[in-house]
Amino acid sequence: MDKPFAITLDVGSSLANKTGSWRTSRPVYVDRLPPCNHACPAGENIQSWLYHAEAGDYEAAWRVLTLDNPLPAIMGRVCYHPCETACNRGKLDESVGINSVERFLGDEALKLAWRFEPPVRDSGKRVLVVGAGPSGLAAAYHLRLLGHAVTIIEAGPLAGGMMRFGIPKYRLPRDVLDAEIQRILDLGIELQLNRKVSNILDTMHSGAFDAAFLAVGAHIAKRAYIPAGSTARMLDAISVLRGMEGEDKPLLGRRVVVYGGGNTALDVARTAKRLGASDAIIVYRRTREKMPAHDFEVEEALQEGVLIKWLSTIRNMADEGTLTVEKMRLDDQGFPQPTGEFETLETDSLVLALGQDVDLSLLDDVPDLVIEHGVVQVASNMMTGHAGIFAGGDMVPSERTVTVAVGHGKKAARHIDAWLRGGRYAPPPAHKLAAFESLNAWYYADAPKTTQPVLDLARRASTFDEVVRGLDESTALFEARRCLSCGNCFECDNCYGVCPDNAVIKLGPGKRFEFNYDYCKGCGICVAECPCGAIEMIPETI
Amino acid sequence: MEMQTVKFYQTGTFTVGNRLLAEDERSVQANMHRTNSLNSGHRACQGCGEALGARYAIDAAMRSTSGELIAVNATGCLEVFSTPYPETSWKIPWIHSLFGNAAAVASGVAAAMRVRGRSAVRVVAQGGDGGTTDIGFGCLSGMFERNDDVLYICYDNEAYMNTGVQRSSATPPAARTATTPALGREPGNVFGTGKNVPLIAMAHSIPYVATASVANLRDLERKVAKAMTISGARYVHIHVPCPLGWGSLPADTIKVARLAVESGLFPLFEAEHGEITGRTPIRRKVPVTDYLRLQKRFAHLFNVADEPRIARIQAIADRNIAKFGLLETPAHG
Amino acid sequence: MLKQIEGSRAVAEAIARCRPEVICAYPITPQTHIVEGLGEMVKSGELANCEFINVESEFAALSVAIGASAAGARAYTATASQGLLFMAEAVYNAAGLGLPIVMTIGNRAIGAPINIWNDHSDSMSMRDAGWIQLYAATNQEALDLHIQAFRLAEELSCPVMVCMDGFILTHAYERVDVPAQDDVDAFLPSFEPRQVLDPAEPVSMGAMVGPEAFTEVRYLAHHKQLRALELIPKLSAAFQARFGRSSGSLVKPYRTEDAETIVVALGSVNGTIQEVVDEMRDAGVKIGSLAICSFRPFPLEQVRDALRHAKRVVVIEKCLAVGLGGIVSDGVRNALSGIVLRGYTVIAGLGGRAITRAALRQLFRDAGNDVLEQLTFLDLDEGLIQYELEREAQARRSGPTAEAILRRVGTVASQVA
Ligand SMILES: Cc1ncc(C[n+]2csc(CCOP(=O)(O)OP(=O)(O)O)c2C)c(N)n1
Ligand code: SF4
Ligand SMILES: [Mg+2]
Repeated sequence: MDKPFAITLDVGSSLANKTGSWRTSRPVYVDRLPPCNHACPAGENIQSWLYHAEAGDYEAAWRVLTLDNPLPAIMGRVCYHPCETACNRGKLDESVGINSVERFLGDEALKLAWRFEPPVRDSGKRVLVVGAGPSGLAAAYHLRLLGHAVTIIEAGPLAGGMMRFGIPKYRLPRDVLDAEIQRILDLGIELQLNRKVSNILDTMHSGAFDAAFLAVGAHIAKRAYIPAGSTARMLDAISVLRGMEGEDKPLLGRRVVVYGGGNTALDVARTAKRLGASDAIIVYRRTREKMPAHDFEVEEALQEGVLIKWLSTIRNMADEGTLTVEKMRLDDQGFPQPTGEFETLETDSLVLALGQDVDLSLLDDVPDLVIEHGVVQVASNMMTGHAGIFAGGDMVPSERTVTVAVGHGKKAARHIDAWLRGGRYAPPPAHKLAAFESLNAWYYADAPKTTQPVLDLARRASTFDEVVRGLDESTALFEARRCLSCGNCFECDNCYGVCPDNAVIKLGPGKRFEFNYDYCKGCGICVAECPCGAIEMIPETI
Repeated sequence: MEMQTVKFYQTGTFTVGNRLLAEDERSVQANMHRTNSLNSGHRACQGCGEALGARYAIDAAMRSTSGELIAVNATGCLEVFSTPYPETSWKIPWIHSLFGNAAAVASGVAAAMRVRGRSAVRVVAQGGDGGTTDIGFGCLSGMFERNDDVLYICYDNEAYMNTGVQRSSATPPAARTATTPALGREPGNVFGTGKNVPLIAMAHSIPYVATASVANLRDLERKVAKAMTISGARYVHIHVPCPLGWGSLPADTIKVARLAVESGLFPLFEAEHGEITGRTPIRRKVPVTDYLRLQKRFAHLFNVADEPRIARIQAIADRNIAKFGLLETPAHG
Repeated sequence: MLKQIEGSRAVAEAIARCRPEVICAYPITPQTHIVEGLGEMVKSGELANCEFINVESEFAALSVAIGASAAGARAYTATASQGLLFMAEAVYNAAGLGLPIVMTIGNRAIGAPINIWNDHSDSMSMRDAGWIQLYAATNQEALDLHIQAFRLAEELSCPVMVCMDGFILTHAYERVDVPAQDDVDAFLPSFEPRQVLDPAEPVSMGAMVGPEAFTEVRYLAHHKQLRALELIPKLSAAFQARFGRSSGSLVKPYRTEDAETIVVALGSVNGTIQEVVDEMRDAGVKIGSLAICSFRPFPLEQVRDALRHAKRVVVIEKCLAVGLGGIVSDGVRNALSGIVLRGYTVIAGLGGRAITRAALRQLFRDAGNDVLEQLTFLDLDEGLIQYELEREAQARRSGPTAEAILRRVGTVASQVA
């Protein structure tokens, strides 16, 4: 075309005008730490596996998940999911049902028999793991993936630790437990059962181990002094729960009283119900608000007919099974104080659920250890005072949950690996937290949480069938898609769309975006309109 | 277990794109190969809503017409910032003639296409609120009345921006402009009767009229796409904040537009042959003050806590909400 | 084919043979009959492949034509007087964009006072808009000029106004030769736009141009007119070759060979002037005349050549440059720069005032005797002026002049609404 001078122009020629020079500050893409990830004791990259789950790529999701935690089907059942408490979506409608999606993924993996990829190279180092509970299994798994030869020595007859001997079947079916353990062992980990390590240094020496990770758990029931007649039937919670795994179920009678306020107390009371008790009564010193047990467990127990006597302590137990209970009141600090008011309670057995201690006898001859309050002190790298001996789980100072234990296992494995290589493991620098305020919540459609179906009460009362059922695919998908992807680009294309200057380059699926600073004028709309707070404005330097 | 309709945060909702949707169900703006009809290098201010709205609308029209599109532009910011010699930001055939004649020029282009047997080529005319509701109104009405095959898009930034923010008939009451200064007993623009050009367009019974906002891309694209399926005169009126003229932060352009919609001050609706056929309900209703406060052009209302006039603006929003049924949920989701 | 038809009809038939693709119509006397005629032809199917668009204003009429032309269609419209002013902005714009639109002006006065009759005030007001302006002397020439206008416009990418005197030509029934379609087709190839809006080859038309290039753009507009100076005579010759009659060209000297007095004028008044010239020649007066057909571009050289040997030049103007005198005279004076001769400007025929042979005879005689004022108003009613000036001087609130004069003259014009 013979274009008239100046008035008619060639299209797109404005590219010659680099408007980027107008900018005083520039947007940059960032990844922020989602609060769920931040809160996860096992250090799971939750947002990241949900990202794959959202797309229906469950295997990818599972693989990302198991980079941190090899026990998703278990975790999806027993974890108290602090992630959900932290979840930003909770400020919008309800937090994402992370735990139920995790369980779905775990179950899906078992159903479809997904396996872990074994390590490509062996390091030539040998690591001993003492205890096949969650912490020991997690450590073994990570150590093996890092190429080390791992042997687990377990005192009990079966692997699983507290997952098997502390958590009732109706919360964690044993086929699930067995399958997830087996999948770890399938990586080529040796498991020796029914062997108690009595002297760790000897065992390491004789087995030519380069390092050890101790995770023996806390299995010794704490006792309280309760005067009792000689024929009074008094048991501890751990033996009751452990007894459930054997051939002979514990005999608790028709009226059972459980003393304590933790999850274990509830587990025992609910177990008693299932064993045929007509009355299962929990006696607890304080109020429901003060109870350490999780609310949902209290709720489920109450539904199942468990009774709870609040603000009560047991003073003594007579031969024929009569308990004397004193009413308590909370003082200004919230501590229970005796009132001098008494009542009696008839029972066939009293189960004490007052917590557990650790059996530290295997460490008796190890020098340089620090033991305080009945647990082993470890440095930030999970190593005890004795070089090469690491410890985790319930035997070190921390909250005693399966998830924390799994987290210890992972953390210890990384440090052991570094230590074996003569270095120190430096975790990648933590991103800034993706606070709710950094999100633009407008872009998230309303989508209240799905609730997991619950087994009907009649069956719960009489069987050990799993109480809480899993999500089916569509509900799991729905739940995964409720994730806000806090602080991490989920390729919603907002920045790409809202830029008035087309200064955002879309790199294609999975590749995210780039800024074209030649044209970006620094208006900041992309930052304001990024739903998940994954863009930041920084001043331009000249 | 009762099933919920699967309506999750990433799909069918509010973000520009959605990696979970099939490619052809995503917005035009999400597409890696979108036209970028208005290309980088244009000289619009930082955060210009008009530049954004224009690319949204024209890219959508380009998709609907498979690139067979000619645009006619009235004088105004959009024209000036896109085509200063020797550079143009347009990637489509485009002509600027005058301030007040875009609709007529477009009629001429459409006539030429018809007579030359190229009816597949569709025509868009576009202008600012001044070029549409004021000086170009005669030509616009004529184009409507003849039902010429033109989609006219008005980018409403509520004043004559290109000449330095003077009042137009689309300037809202109380707004400060260069010709309605915030001085005297009734600072800012007068509380007139208003001039709602979408409703006037409907009075012509043209086949399609819609309002849209840069804050709701999917709604906007759907309306443009719909308009392109119809022949005859069509009108889409898009609310485009102007950081410079409104005294809002460049980064807040979409937020401000969103609040205009959510407060009820800028109702989103569509009409066919003079009858309203759809409205986009308000999602989270906000008081007009949420919208007004972000803009310096309304600062005088708050400096002296001008409650009565704020109440009058709120009343306008409430009237819109009642009139267009903006709080009712649509019959089908 | 010879036809006895109204001038407007003749033009309409010529336009139709030019195969316009888009015609924009808006009524204003005395142009209306042209578009009415075209509308009829489009409606009846006689003129096929043409969009006839009834617009809402002249501003829209030309704007629609601009759009159509930019999109590659041959576009036509017509207007007059107030209508031309109403589209003024678009007039400049069409030229600025280089769009080869052809527009007929049925020349008419501009109000106030509103007046529907002929003079050149309307087209003169747009003389610098960048359009080529051709003035027809007869209905045949008006018809012929439109055919040449399309070719001229399209070869140059420049809009062309064909100006024909309102009523005198537009409403006069005369015999004209309406050319055959084949001949017009042979003379006027189909429209090949220099630039076009086309998705296949997108361009941006109508950019904003700043001081860095504006002068050049304007110069190029001027240059285009200079090229028209060369093209117009060529097209006129080509036209003559095909149609066998001379029409158009830049200027038409009439008996100027040895003329001492040469009368210069635009449009239909040249007919009357030539008659008077003939009469005076018969009486032995060395007088001739020069019709300027192309007023834009103004043919300085041709005017100079035609006038350089005369002793005096009388320019008859149908438009008053208020406060100065004559517009055509300006151009003539410019053409004669450096040449010493007497020049007279005569303002005549304003608002339809008849220019009679008698008046012209007297005028030319006075000119020959050099007893003319430099600026003369033909047939000015001095008494009336005197009266009105006195009346106005008496009272501050003297009321409107036009109405006062009408009352005094008692003319029938006062009954025209
Ligand atoms: C006939 C005419 N009058 C006035 C102007 C001056 N002018 C150019 S752009 C403009 C303002 C445009 O306002 P609007 O149409 O609202 O578009 P905006 O710049 O706000 O996008 C004005 C008044 C002009 N170019 N032409
Ligand atoms: S003045 Fe307003 S409309 Fe014009 S370019 Fe700037 S932000 Fe955009
Ligand atoms: Mg505007």
